[in-house]
Amino acid sequence: MSTAQKGARAHRAGATPYLYLAPAVVLFTLFVAAPIGYTAYLSMRRVKFSGLGLGKNSRTEIFAGLDNYRAAVADGEFWAGWLRVLGYAGLVLTLMLGLALVFALLLDSARVRLARFSRIAIFLPYAVPGVVATLLWGFLYLPSLSPIHATLRAFGVENVDLLDPSTVLFSMVNVAIWGGTGFNMLVLYTQLRAIPRDYYEAARIDGAGELAIALRVKVPMLAPALVLTTVFSIIATIQVFTEPMTLRPISNAVSSTWSPLMKVYTDAFINGDLYSAAATSLVIAVISVVPSLLFMRLVRRQAFGEER
Amino acid sequence: MRTKRLSAALSVLLAGALVAGCSSGAEEQTPQETGPVELTFWTWAPNMDKIAAVWNEAHPDIKVTVSKQAGGDEAAAKFLTAAKAGNAPDLVQAEYQMLPSFVAAEAVADIKADVEGVRGEFSDGIWSLVTLGTDAVYGLPQDSGPMMLYYRQDLFAKYGIAVPKTWDEYAAAARTVRAKDKSVYLGGFSTKDPGWFAGLSQQAGGQWWAITGEAWKVGINDEATKKVADFWGGLAKEGAVDTQAPWTPEWNAALNGGKLLTWASAVWGPGVLSSNAPDGKGKWAIAPLPQWSAGESYSGFWGGSSIAVSAGSKHRKAAAQFLSWLNTDAKAVDLLIKEAAIYPAAKSGQKLLTTAPEYFANQPDFWQQATTIAGTARGFTFGPNVNVAYGAYKDAFDKAVQQKSSFADALTSVQDATVADMKKSGFTLAG
Repeated sequence: MSTAQKGARAHRAGATPYLYLAPAVVLFTLFVAAPIGYTAYLSMRRVKFSGLGLGKNSRTEIFAGLDNYRAAVADGEFWAGWLRVLGYAGLVLTLMLGLALVFALLLDSARVRLARFSRIAIFLPYAVPGVVATLLWGFLYLPSLSPIHATLRAFGVENVDLLDPSTVLFSMVNVAIWGGTGFNMLVLYTQLRAIPRDYYEAARIDGAGELAIALRVKVPMLAPALVLTTVFSIIATIQVFTEPMTLRPISNAVSSTWSPLMKVYTDAFINGDLYSAAATSLVIAVISVVPSLLFMRLVRRQAFGEER
Repeated sequence: MRTKRLSAALSVLLAGALVAGCSSGAEEQTPQETGPVELTFWTWAPNMDKIAAVWNEAHPDIKVTVSKQAGGDEAAAKFLTAAKAGNAPDLVQAEYQMLPSFVAAEAVADIKADVEGVRGEFSDGIWSLVTLGTDAVYGLPQDSGPMMLYYRQDLFAKYGIAVPKTWDEYAAAARTVRAKDKSVYLGGFSTKDPGWFAGLSQQAGGQWWAITGEAWKVGINDEATKKVADFWGGLAKEGAVDTQAPWTPEWNAALNGGKLLTWASAVWGPGVLSSNAPDGKGKWAIAPLPQWSAGESYSGFWGGSSIAVSAGSKHRKAAAQFLSWLNTDAKAVDLLIKEAAIYPAAKSGQKLLTTAPEYFANQPDFWQQATTIAGTARGFTFGPNVNVAYGAYKDAFDKAVQQKSSFADALTSVQDATVADMKKSGFTLAG
């Protein structure tokens, strides 16, 4: 009797938290877990045709085991795509975050003028959707109508192709920096405003100038925000898709498998092979998580040292 | 532990619900016994809803609802996905080259028995595009895109060149133009339009796919096509033709500003020219494509589409009835020309085209010329993975243009990619 009572009480106490959890669990299951599960299921299947593949019942879906994964990993173009994305990510991460940091520090410094206007002007490109931004820039990269080329010509630089294999990477990086700097700047700037002003006063009394305060007080105190923006940027650049996809129709230098995600798109929606696309996208997911985790591990002590 | 068990139970429950939800959608519904038959129709042709309204008024028992789609590669992917999920429309517009992949995916129905009466309305070349060389009929042809040469009459006079009768003359004219004005090209090679290259290969007698007995034969790098590839490869390498991507503002400006003197295109060209090159109105004219040997007259097809009935449709007969009306009835075809601005596939429809497009007011016999050229167009059988071949074309020729490398090698890589994909999918291949 007593055990039953105890059980009932435990049940009553235990049900409430689960009830609160339910919406999150339901949504997570429906929109994250179930699709991932279905992707995993698809990734282990493939379609097999027989004969001409035109008659009735000449198409069957069969179990493929790990064949799709093997094919994805063995594809040289897939790894070449990763290499391109690595170069892209390296450039975007250093330039975009560097610029964002410089802008944030400048805006935070006491002497800046037109701070409100500059803040909005730097942030505004972030509000432009990636496809639109890339289209706009893409048209600017085309020679005959573009002010960029007109300017270059005015300085005697002729026949620069901003969309050929040697330049197209930088053209894409430019779009990403233009669109992404504002957001990161805002995150860093917000964090800067939260730092108590007393620290600066103390530093000033100790004889530090604006530059020294920026480098030796502000930047170290920005560490958590810098980690956050870096992780977000790593994930975003690894998944680069919009810029190359949108530039592809106007350039001869962007292949259909330029980035790993473009390969997934091509497999799924051009070649009609959802199964290979599913396998490749899971491989990408695993690979994307690794650098983020590595980075977090690397900086955990510096950034979150005080919390441990 | 408890948390795990509970969430496991929850997810099992949810998964169950999901499966139930999915399967109930796929269950057979009993056909409606009363009320009009409802048909849905996916198409990207403009104003098709107006044409369907005319049908709906005359046929209260069969109601067609048009759903406007975006064209292109994604349209095919969208239909195939819908067919797989069991919610495909009853009728779907299918570009000729995509029809075989729809058939292979068992997404469209054989309507041979329902359209027997209209066979005579179409030429043999067009008809083979909807039978794929089999006994079945997988759709009705709607429009076709015989290819011709669009050229700037005024600028040809200015640069002192005659309309090229052969591709050799075309090459010579291309060099002449470059020698006279460095900012102008006679024409361009498009790495972005595999359908364009396929049409030029058809003209040369290429046969990219063929059915021999119970096996596919893939001949993308056959002698005829190699000849076409080498021709353009040579011109591209010496810089005699433009290799910039078409369909960009840059390309429009060139077309509009007289920097591109010709465009090897299809019969639907006037629509493109009038919107992308408005300043050229009254200055462009058409001629047959240059030939590979003097005295020949051949053309190929670029574009064109059929309308198919999806395999999942519960109203195949009604759908086929609407299809036959839409693509062969004199009134309907007239509407297709006027409202949807297409070049009809039906033989009778081509006679309805009398007044030249406004853009070509300088060429009053535009449609007579076009019809003559259409009669010389030869097509080829499309295989079940045209999408793969076309995708490989873009990648391979982009690279060849960039590296100024052999177009024949690019062609071979397209052939290899196509064959490898068919082998992987299990199709039987000859040889």
